[in-house]
Amino acid sequence: MKFGVVRFPGSCDDIDALQAAARVGDAVLLWHADHDLQGVDAVIVPGGFSYGDYLRPGAIARFAPVMAEVEEFGREGGLVLGICNGFQVLCEAGLLPGALLPNVSLKFVFRQVEVEVVSTTGPFTGACGVADRLSIPVKHTTGRYYAPEAELDRLEAAGQVLLRYAPGHNPNGSLRDVAGVCNERGNVFGLMPHPEHAVDPLGGSTDGLRIFESMRAHVEQHVLA
Amino acid sequence: MSSSTSSLEKRHRQLGLTDGEYARILELLGRTPGDVELAMLSLMWSEHCGYKHSRQLLRRLPKEGRQVLMGPGENAGAVDVGAGLAVAFKVESHNHPSAVEPFQGAATGVGGILRDVFAVGARPIAVLDSLRFGEPSASGRSRYLLDRAVAGIGHYGNSIGVPTVGGEIYFEDSYEQNCLVNAMCLGLAPHDRLIRSAAAGPGNVVILLGALTGRDGIGGASVLASAELGEGDEAKRPSVQIGDPFTEKKLLECCLELLDRELLVSLQDLGAAGLTSAASEMASKGGVGLTLDLCQIPLREPGMEPFEIMVSESQERMLCVATPERVGEVLGVCERWEVAATTIGCVTEGGRFRVLHRGVAVADLPVSVLVDDCPLYDLEPSPPVADLYSGSDAVLTGSESPAQTLLALLRSANIASRRPVFEQYDPIVQSRTVRRPDEADAAVLTLGGRADSPAIAVSIDGNGRRVACDPRRGAAEAVYECAANLACVGAEPLGLTNCLNFGNPEKSHVAWQLTEAVEGLAEACDVLGIPVVGGNVSLYNEAPTGPIFPTPVVGVVGRLADARRAGRLGFAREGDAIGLVGPFEPSLAGSELAKLLGRPPVGELPTVQAAPVRDAHDTVRNGIRSGALQNAHDIAEGGLVVALSECCIAGGIGASVRLPDGLDPFGEAPGRGFIVSGSPAALGGFVVIGTVAGERLRIDGLLDLAVSELRDARERGLTEWV
Repeated sequence: MKFGVVRFPGSCDDIDALQAAARVGDAVLLWHADHDLQGVDAVIVPGGFSYGDYLRPGAIARFAPVMAEVEEFGREGGLVLGICNGFQVLCEAGLLPGALLPNVSLKFVFRQVEVEVVSTTGPFTGACGVADRLSIPVKHTTGRYYAPEAELDRLEAAGQVLLRYAPGHNPNGSLRDVAGVCNERGNVFGLMPHPEHAVDPLGGSTDGLRIFESMRAHVEQHVLA
Repeated sequence: MSSSTSSLEKRHRQLGLTDGEYARILELLGRTPGDVELAMLSLMWSEHCGYKHSRQLLRRLPKEGRQVLMGPGENAGAVDVGAGLAVAFKVESHNHPSAVEPFQGAATGVGGILRDVFAVGARPIAVLDSLRFGEPSASGRSRYLLDRAVAGIGHYGNSIGVPTVGGEIYFEDSYEQNCLVNAMCLGLAPHDRLIRSAAAGPGNVVILLGALTGRDGIGGASVLASAELGEGDEAKRPSVQIGDPFTEKKLLECCLELLDRELLVSLQDLGAAGLTSAASEMASKGGVGLTLDLCQIPLREPGMEPFEIMVSESQERMLCVATPERVGEVLGVCERWEVAATTIGCVTEGGRFRVLHRGVAVADLPVSVLVDDCPLYDLEPSPPVADLYSGSDAVLTGSESPAQTLLALLRSANIASRRPVFEQYDPIVQSRTVRRPDEADAAVLTLGGRADSPAIAVSIDGNGRRVACDPRRGAAEAVYECAANLACVGAEPLGLTNCLNFGNPEKSHVAWQLTEAVEGLAEACDVLGIPVVGGNVSLYNEAPTGPIFPTPVVGVVGRLADARRAGRLGFAREGDAIGLVGPFEPSLAGSELAKLLGRPPVGELPTVQAAPVRDAHDTVRNGIRSGALQNAHDIAEGGLVVALSECCIAGGIGASVRLPDGLDPFGEAPGRGFIVSGSPAALGGFVVIGTVAGERLRIDGLLDLAVSELRDARERGLTEWV
């Protein structure tokens, strides 16, 4: 199982994601200017401030050369995980529904929050149980999940909302407490909380590791098997 | 006297040079300086660059230690932390820019200190901030400065991917006009990767990296940093630099890759006084000369004057020296990181700094005149004849019950939870953070990916109110307090950096504060055996209303034996005994309670008995390291009862306590007292004052309050203002 972590200029949590993925498999960095995914089994678009988040978070990064390959990989059913800025990039690229708007507070917020697992049928939460609570930190300025009401209804009905902020833990005003959504096919997933920052007991929580473990299990069963 | 001479003389005053200094320049050069030369000299001879009022005093600070790898004089100091790793660190002020334009002032303060650290080859791994503002309840200006400075720090630190792991904020009337923004950065490098800034090798090439050079920040070091604030400071806004963390992020990664590949001879950041300072410092340290060609420098706008190019403080720029055969590789790495890189000159023999513009030498003077010949002034200290500071508006009358007093202290701006501030910073990026804000008295970072990797702790401290009372003891207390914070997580101090924020040193009472404070710092460092590896001096922190509280801020870095055993501040287990450690003899002088009662910062602070303080720090550190202690918390602002409340709130558990006879429940003696807890057996040799139990804090004969009530008071204190 080989993870690839995209590195844009301005990525900040790229090495964190690389180290977290390396706990469950092999992991390599993918340079933004290359058109080469190095044969990885899953792509992680990491957190940070790609291209300074100038203009609008993710709006420039989606045009990076490597993103053409990531989009194709996603269309072909490859696993793509977008964390924080990566979630924003995937929404900008049209790989995920909805958009991330500025937090209600209009301020950056760092907080250890609890998220509830809503669905465990897909590749990203298979190692969790429904209604499990995961303690994972958030840190962002632009993390308020938004989609039109009808779209939210559809996403919920289709089981595309995989993670929700637990009651009282919504840090940004996300509609319906959405913390993470996947695409219709279920192979592309974006979330604002940072699972790569909840993988070591020294940091206080290892709950985030289950996202990476879920991905590995899925790839080993369905792709490599 | 010719008219051109008289206009030039007037010019030197506009640039901040005295008539005496100008006369000295004429003598050293043996001629009248040109425009560019005068502009360069005015910056290099400013207080900010030349340390002309403080350099002699700073010699008093102890700098020796086996663990010291780089001492004062480099961009940052560095200590050995074991396993072949070095931690470089430094604190620096950006006070006046922040007072004039708080968002950019604070942001570029962070940007500047980051560059200082990666200039020595270390990857920045943590930032801490020490902030001072006026009373948020009394002043809209203070709330504005607080809000924008915090946003600016977050903007830069968060975007560049360096965690903000700690800091401190105090609010006092004396900072109303002149806020303080001090930023500290720590960086990590293998020993052999540390690089110095000395240029070497005549014939080698000087390369400018990073952002374009523009007209921002012109005269920042002299106009802003080396004069008092006053009316009409809005007009100085153009002297404040504008930060671009994205450019710096690329610059950082690019410089670290250049060093990884061993492509550079030396590296230096461009900070105060821009190219003038960076280039002349590099040349001076290497004992060489430099020739720069201004026409090669990429400019943000056309038509910039040579002197503007030489003194511009445009951010996100670095200067490096490479051998001619490596230049191609250097430019290649820069291209990959999309960092502009331009060869702008060369290293020469003979120690002259030559600046060419369209083939004409617009400056040609000995490097030594710029760097070494800045006149040094003896301070003329004498104690103030009258009290310098008045009391704040009284919040308490003194007739309140102990419970009411405690709640008022927990709500007060200086003690209340800092959550509304630290939630605006990312404390965990880079995955090293073991103790975040509010979890322990010091931040703890692991340096490797494994549980048994080396770990460090860091804290930043300074209490201007107490230094105002008694500069010598107050400054010493900052060192004791900072070291005490490290002891609480189980760390031994390795090195100290300081930022001396004071008023106008040409005034005898400020000179006295400064002299006494440096003596106090030196005494405390001697007692605890902590070398000073670097620092910064920020003088002229005065408004028309008077000087700020004298505010030495110290940052101490220490080493932990085992990150897994890093201490926490919260009580942990029902039934644990609570111990009081240390020669803790508190008094109300300079305390938060005295402030809330409206008393001015006067009165002698309690003395410090060196050996018992050292023993107390050892006891707490060893207790945490061995696992015998479940928590440790240094007793600071608000005294013992506030500290007990903090242990209860952090642990989400109550305590029943009986105070020692005669001990003032709200008196302070920073750095000398600790609250610890552990099994009754583990605390056999300790002074036990109570038990961890229930959901209330009960203190015999004094008060009985629910922990939830304590938490509410502490949480609400700042939310109104942030």
